Amino acid sequence: MREKFTFLDTAGVPLDRRNVDTDAIIPARYLKTIKRTGLEEGLFFAWRYDADGRERPDFPLNRPSYRGGRVLVAGENFGCGSSREHAVWALMDFGFRAVIAPSFSDIFHNNCLKNGMLPVTLPAADVQSLIDALLAAPGCRVEVDLPGQTVKGPKGDVHRFSIDPFAKTCLLEGLDEIALTMKSAPEIDRYERERKAATPWLFRDIPG
Amino acid sequence: MGTMFAKIWDRHVVTRRGGDVLLYIDRQLVHEVTSPQAFEGLRLAGRPVRRPGAILAVPDHNVPTTPDRAERIDDRESREQIEALRKNALGAGVTLIDITDPRQGIVHIIGPEAGLVLPGITIVCGDSHTGTLGAFGAIAFGIGTSEVEHVLAAQSLWQKMPRQMRVTVTGALRPLVTPKDVILSVIARIGASGGTGYAIEFAGETVRRMSMEGRMTMCNMTIEAGARFGLISPDEITYAYLKGRPLAPPPGMWEAAVADWKTLPSDPDAKWDREVALDASALEPHVTWGTSPQDALPVGGAVPDPAAQADPGEKDRMRRALEYMGLVPGTRLTDIPVDKVFIGSCTNARIEDLRAAAAVAKGRKVAPGVTALVVPGSGLVKKQAEEEGLDRVFLDAGFQWRLPGCSMCLGMNPDKLKAGERCASTSNRNFEGRQGPGGRTHLMSPPMAAAAAVTGRIADVREVAR
Repeated sequence: MREKFTFLDTAGVPLDRRNVDTDAIIPARYLKTIKRTGLEEGLFFAWRYDADGRERPDFPLNRPSYRGGRVLVAGENFGCGSSREHAVWALMDFGFRAVIAPSFSDIFHNNCLKNGMLPVTLPAADVQSLIDALLAAPGCRVEVDLPGQTVKGPKGDVHRFSIDPFAKTCLLEGLDEIALTMKSAPEIDRYERERKAATPWLFRDIPG
Repeated sequence: MGTMFAKIWDRHVVTRRGGDVLLYIDRQLVHEVTSPQAFEGLRLAGRPVRRPGAILAVPDHNVPTTPDRAERIDDRESREQIEALRKNALGAGVTLIDITDPRQGIVHIIGPEAGLVLPGITIVCGDSHTGTLGAFGAIAFGIGTSEVEHVLAAQSLWQKMPRQMRVTVTGALRPLVTPKDVILSVIARIGASGGTGYAIEFAGETVRRMSMEGRMTMCNMTIEAGARFGLISPDEITYAYLKGRPLAPPPGMWEAAVADWKTLPSDPDAKWDREVALDASALEPHVTWGTSPQDALPVGGAVPDPAAQADPGEKDRMRRALEYMGLVPGTRLTDIPVDKVFIGSCTNARIEDLRAAAAVAKGRKVAPGVTALVVPGSGLVKKQAEEEGLDRVFLDAGFQWRLPGCSMCLGMNPDKLKAGERCASTSNRNFEGRQGPGGRTHLMSPPMAAAAAVTGRIADVREVAR
């Protein structure tokens, strides 16, 4: 069971960069864990800390007015690169529950939905205006309303977003997707029998 | 009439739910980094692995590439992650190709070597470079750990049909211009997110002439253009590569399989959502200057000036990239010195890549002050290279000849850049810190990397090899 998502009313955290890749979100050396938790330390490590391990004061996640914010607002192609789900786990460990961007990489987008994290796609101009507002008035709030599919910016500006209806239901109810799929086990069994008959060469076990 | 992707897709539909299909997954590859939480999820839910015989496990990301690795892995977490893979594979009855196995290597390289990847199949791995395997005319894609768990449990995944893009490449490649240069130029053309939401089929005479190795290099990097899927229709080159491999259809089934595979290619009247055409006849070797794979330029070029960029977001991105890379606009790419050279990775560590690099290294010496690594993609590649004497060529030239693994592609094992070090690399990503915190990566082909090794700077291999 994953966390349910309904509403957020929280400080928005601006990250005015495009092509934020998953190596930047969580460097590879943090992927050696066999758990889904404890990744908060590695989040944006190279951007949060300098070579001596001190916080970089100008990085948004380090600025007191943005602390506790649960919505990250970033540039296009967020989460590009590696498939590491650790990127989503690290963002969630830090406290984020939604990312707003003009576009997301396909794998990162999927990974968000599997974990109860909401990826919100808005037009680039809307995202830039949100980022500009959050930079101009650090600490101001952003509301995310999943049932109503809207984001409300600090100036009262309302932005509608679209989301796949099934993904929405899963987020709202915190559904376990594998349990749902298991209801299709008879169909999978049937498919497998037919496939085995048609392409028997695909059903030889992989030799050790 | 449809695209090859759509034909393979339609064959794998188990059931539908709104716009999604439950897609049957024929095979899954797993490695040590993205699978432990998936196996743990199954254990917690009390679910078995549905088809252990359809899965192959291999450690690659964490493994050291030095000879003593079977006896000792110094990093405790790396050791534990590899150990977890062993336990999970054993517990589930999944075949494991362990560190000491002569076939061990990078997951995307050993799969094809085993004949595991066949035309018309669906195959996944918790790794974004799984698109590599689409070179056989398969739907092959990278997934996250939750999806790995889903496939372990249900041998299927809920998916939406991606949009269809065709990239048609024509013209004969000039000498020392490689599939790596073709794909870097494609990514530069469509951008790092140009393929998001798409499957990209590579077509055209240039692709048809490529070996399976070259085709895998092309499909490997489609994710760097944002596309989860890259694919190439199978042909006689594909069948010749597959015939006789351990998991290829055996003699009694071979003819039927090939007859089936011949129905796969996209129909002439297939509908494409986007088409891109590239004339490769004048293509030059490419090198990246920045921190996104889209930052590729012909080697004769110079570091671009962000001031000339009109888009403020892109201007800002370029400035940031140049600051990270320690480069000044206007610098000729061939004036950039390198500290390290890495020839390896799932992009460029197959036999053809090593031959091409060795041809440049032969009779030359690695420049003073440069450390150069050659890391074969698998034990079988290593063995073949040694039979051809390539190891001697590299060692005589002053390169290090290592054991197979992901090595310096991603900073998870002892092969890493130090902060500020600059590397000529045949890998796939030049992201900040990708090869180690503070490391600076320039992506290029194997012969270009060998040329950088012997000159100590980024060099036009066509001049070096003259």
